[in-house]
Amino acid sequence: MSENDNNQKEALFSPKNKKLLTNPLGKDNPINVQVLGICSVLAITVQLRASIVMAISVVAVMGLANVIISLLRKTIPPRIRIIVQLTVIASLVILVDQVLKAFVYDVSRQLSVFVGLIITNCIIMGRLEAFALQNKPWPSFLDGIGNAAGYAWVLLAVGFFRELFGSGTLMGYNVIPGFMYEMGYEDNGFMILPPMALITVGIIIWVHRYKDRDLIDIS
Amino acid sequence: MTNRYIFLYASAMVVIVALVLSGAATLLRPIQERNMRMEKMQNILAAIDIPASRDEAEELFNQYFTVTKIVDHRGEELEGDAFEVELQEENRKPVEERQLPVFIADVDGETFYVVPVRGSGLWGAIWGYVGLESDVKTIAGANFDHASETPGLGAEISGESFENQFRGKKIFDEDSNFRPVRVVKGGAPDDDPHAVDGISGGTITSDGVTDMLRNGLEVYKPYFEKIKSS
Repeated sequence: MSENDNNQKEALFSPKNKKLLTNPLGKDNPINVQVLGICSVLAITVQLRASIVMAISVVAVMGLANVIISLLRKTIPPRIRIIVQLTVIASLVILVDQVLKAFVYDVSRQLSVFVGLIITNCIIMGRLEAFALQNKPWPSFLDGIGNAAGYAWVLLAVGFFRELFGSGTLMGYNVIPGFMYEMGYEDNGFMILPPMALITVGIIIWVHRYKDRDLIDIS
Repeated sequence: MTNRYIFLYASAMVVIVALVLSGAATLLRPIQERNMRMEKMQNILAAIDIPASRDEAEELFNQYFTVTKIVDHRGEELEGDAFEVELQEENRKPVEERQLPVFIADVDGETFYVVPVRGSGLWGAIWGYVGLESDVKTIAGANFDHASETPGLGAEISGESFENQFRGKKIFDEDSNFRPVRVVKGGAPDDDPHAVDGISGGTITSDGVTDMLRNGLEVYKPYFEKIKSS
């Protein structure tokens, strides 16, 4: 991923750029393949709604952070680059939190501490360090959005199954019909505890590898 | 890159970030504070079962809650605006110095008393409002909220299915002794007017609610007794 410094114009969505966006959804998925950001997946996927808002917030923070670091990349002193990255991420997260509090107060009430947790999401810093520091703003933006989306779909999938089987609801609405309970069906309380999130992620990784044989490490 | 550059870079970065963040905080503060006021009104209304959207909250609050007052631990009235009292600050003071807000509603001729309570759950603060009927013994409704309890577990205290259990429960027993509502792990007996079901997996939060109700309502005891005797 070396910098493309020659002056020829590259199309905004050239095949190479498209790859930046789509690869993290599958082959380079930050959670399934790189196993990053697991902590937040365990913490906030009890209910689908929180997962959705978290996903949107991460997309916003990650896209912006990648662009900002990419714009600054030639000025950042290498010795303090981690501190600079962290400052940028933390400021963006605080801004997102303030904006949510002012304009979508209910959503911000629901997310409470989770917004702050975005700072600790290692995927964001991983992408700043691995990509934005060496690349131009536009590819960095695509890379940020792509990785955030790759994180988001796994988050939503885990949130979906945990809420469905753990509480029998989706987005807070009952979806398991009453007669199922009368026939003896019970919500699985274990699903709302963090260990089941890990197992759910494990199952998703399993299915993912089954579908995409390239990911299987044969050695 | 020289050390000088690094120092300048870091200093400039800190100054810029500080300006941007404090600017954003200052600009957004009035909107955020309005949201919080509305939410507080909404929660107080919810404690006597008046559903209100955020936008209606102010109008409905002013319509029903015609009297608000501050009392002390002996039940004597104090000067001040009850709505502005922060329970978090008051709970740090010794009981004798606390200002205790009471919101009194008149709903179609019937009087309701709403008092705030505050305590701690597993991860952080929990708080809420308890609405009492005119006999200051029967709970008309309760509304709870939390800072950071676990979603799906402790956080369920702010869910309707938990809050609705409090309706009709008593905080004084038949001999007029103070006996607040307990949250019981594994389920409360059906006929116990002083207990509600706890939340599976949320035991520490449930215990927090029990403590919060005991501590929070006990300080109002003299005031309630004054109302009863008048």
